[in-house]
Amino acid sequence: MDATGHEDVSKHMGPYYVVFVALLCLTAVTVGVSYLHLNRPLAITVALIIASVKAGLVAAVFMHLISEKKVIYAVLILTALFFALLLALPNLTTFEHHSGMPGT
Amino acid sequence: MSETVIPYMVKPHPVTGLPNGKFGIWLFLASEVMLFGALFSSYVLIRIGVPHWPPEGGLSSEILSVPLGTFNTGVLITSSITMVLAWASCKMGSLPRFKMWMGATVFLALVFLVVKYFEYSDKFHHDHFPSHDNFFAVYFLLTGLHGLHIVGGIVVNTFLLTWGSRMWKTDPEHFTNRVENAGLYWHFVDLVWIFLFPSLYLL
Repeated sequence: MDATGHEDVSKHMGPYYVVFVALLCLTAVTVGVSYLHLNRPLAITVALIIASVKAGLVAAVFMHLISEKKVIYAVLILTALFFALLLALPNLTTFEHHSGMPGT
Repeated sequence: MSETVIPYMVKPHPVTGLPNGKFGIWLFLASEVMLFGALFSSYVLIRIGVPHWPPEGGLSSEILSVPLGTFNTGVLITSSITMVLAWASCKMGSLPRFKMWMGATVFLALVFLVVKYFEYSDKFHHDHFPSHDNFFAVYFLLTGLHGLHIVGGIVVNTFLLTWGSRMWKTDPEHFTNRVENAGLYWHFVDLVWIFLFPSLYLL
């Protein structure tokens, strides 16, 4: 199914180059923004948004996720769920702090 | 011979609709997300637990070299497009072009490691080891693990570039699938760096 004709691939190379240039530009933007010395929460938000856009472009175009089989989407949805859970874990410790429980 | 022993290496499996190798690499990448996710989560926990980051004061961008980090980001992004071109060359039936682009991918991966070597040796030179403080512990752990992934990618890509490419003569479609799977892994390594670079160097 994936084995398409030879000439077929060469016609679809455009998006790869566009994404390549976009990734380089977004890298320049991230570095440029860091020199503005925004306040930390804003700087972290901006940097993570740009990184997420870059990661999305890599996953969608380079890793062909825009036209992938359903089973891979299912695996990735499950992964995203557990990943979100993992990132939320540190919050449990801050809740402890706020409720005045002893600890470091 | 081995092609007949392991089924669905080229043809899609009736259940998943994918060749087994591709499904396998995606499951592996899912486990990799959890590995890096756990470490990233630990990093967040350590960071919010201290009044100032880096703990010694100053800014991350003053401790680490932003120009070198930016350069390496460009190197990895470029290696991703050369990897795509290597796979596309297989799809278009050209082994010499595959070798050229795959050679470029391996070369760029080595450039990344050489730059990393200079960064690390500069830190060691100033007695900044992982034991120095949490900033360096996090920096060396995350970039070290990522660096090991780069080494793994170099090993696989070099295999495909040299001995592995013999398969092109016997089973080009299977070989193209192998290149695609190596590519998925390689783009993931690039993707991890896309997050590591700003969070370690810039924030």
